[in-house]
Amino acid sequence: MTNSRRSVRTDTRVILICSGKGGVGKTTLTANLGISLARQGLSTAVLDADFGLRNLDLLLGLENRIVYTAQEVLEEECRLDQALVKHKQESNLSLLPAGNPRMLDWLKPDDMQRIVDMLKEQFNYVLIDCPAGVEDGFKNAMSASQEAIVVTNPEVSAVRDADRVIGLLNTNAIKPVQLVLNRVRPKMMANQEMLSIDDVTDILALPLLGLVLEDEQVIVSTNRGEPLTLNSVNSPAAKCYLNIAKRLQGEDIPLIDPAEESSGIGAKFRRLMQTKIF
Amino acid sequence: MAMTLRDIINKLLRRQPASASTARERLQLVLAHDRSDLSSELLDQMRKEILEVVAKYVEIDVDEGAVSLETEDRMTALVANLPIKRTMTGQIKLKEPKDQSEENPQGAEGTDQNS
Ligand SMILES: Nc1ncnc2c1ncn2[C@@H]1O[C@H](COP(=O)(O)OP(=O)(O)OP(=O)(O)O)[C@@H](O)[C@H]1O
Ligand SMILES: [Mg+2]
Repeated sequence: MTNSRRSVRTDTRVILICSGKGGVGKTTLTANLGISLARQGLSTAVLDADFGLRNLDLLLGLENRIVYTAQEVLEEECRLDQALVKHKQESNLSLLPAGNPRMLDWLKPDDMQRIVDMLKEQFNYVLIDCPAGVEDGFKNAMSASQEAIVVTNPEVSAVRDADRVIGLLNTNAIKPVQLVLNRVRPKMMANQEMLSIDDVTDILALPLLGLVLEDEQVIVSTNRGEPLTLNSVNSPAAKCYLNIAKRLQGEDIPLIDPAEESSGIGAKFRRLMQTKIF
Repeated sequence: MAMTLRDIINKLLRRQPASASTARERLQLVLAHDRSDLSSELLDQMRKEILEVVAKYVEIDVDEGAVSLETEDRMTALVANLPIKRTMTGQIKLKEPKDQSEENPQGAEGTDQNS
């Protein structure tokens, strides 16, 4: 640390990004939200709490720059700023791996709390990329969080698992808890072959922070290790991630209407068929 | 339950409903159980005991009686649907109270749906 005066921030937001079910898009959201917030000039740390199967480094293109993890910091083998990996293009963003796959069960809720407390001293945002499931990995990550974003897909199993997680977040007084609905396919929704936005928000009874459209570019960006919000800001999913970051900052950005995303006469017809009669 | 134009057309053509409404209904059911942590055996036991208590006072259609969990807005309600048998004149069939309590159990009147 360059200045000896440690300005302890009290306004740091520590946000858990969780889902219950695996593979619904937590890590992709964490990476893109991290970039977007950093772009807004907010110093942001992304903490990879999924160290059994860590991926956040890959999505951010930082996999070759990791030397230390939170474990070495806690054991005082290195300083925090040595373990933090700064993003190449977006210097407001830093990655901290909680551990590596060889140390599966060293991390306890206390360790998590200590690491997050250290991060709070220098960042506006701490985003915690949570492992799937509702077991110890999730509980450790939750123990150090204040608020949460639950990621889900418009599919029965993802929604069911999200509900379990929401129950646990509620009993642990994590709030606010907000919802991100990922992999929305407007056409399928219009044909009523996919749970609608209202279906999911009604069932889970959570405020919707945003939806993310299904977008092939997500895969392309993962291949490159460059989140969409970094270089492909015009892709459909990138716009969604940017909106989510703005809403998180309190901006009032209207939701995209998935029905508007598909246009033409087919879409008009589908909208007509969606009209509620009674 | 809201119905859309598509639902109605599907119904008229005797086609399967669009899968989103099936998904919604299945989720609502499974979540009611997930949230309550009540097993179906426990629910069944409860149903039997509730029926026994009510049957002490009014004649009910035991086979039609159902107890289920319904969920809305993260609130789960235990809903007992107990059809009460009526006499020919439409009156509710009350049973003679067997115990010493003087009070006539009028409480059951008309409430064949309780939540
Ligand atoms: N909006 C989207 N459009 C298309 N593909 C997506 C979208 N979001 C995520 N994916 C893809 O889904 C897969 C899982 O994403 P991701 O790794 O972010 O999920 P996760 O919840 O972190 O998974 P895990 O539980 O294993 O940690 C990836 O292959 C990713 O490219
Ligand atoms: Mg992940």
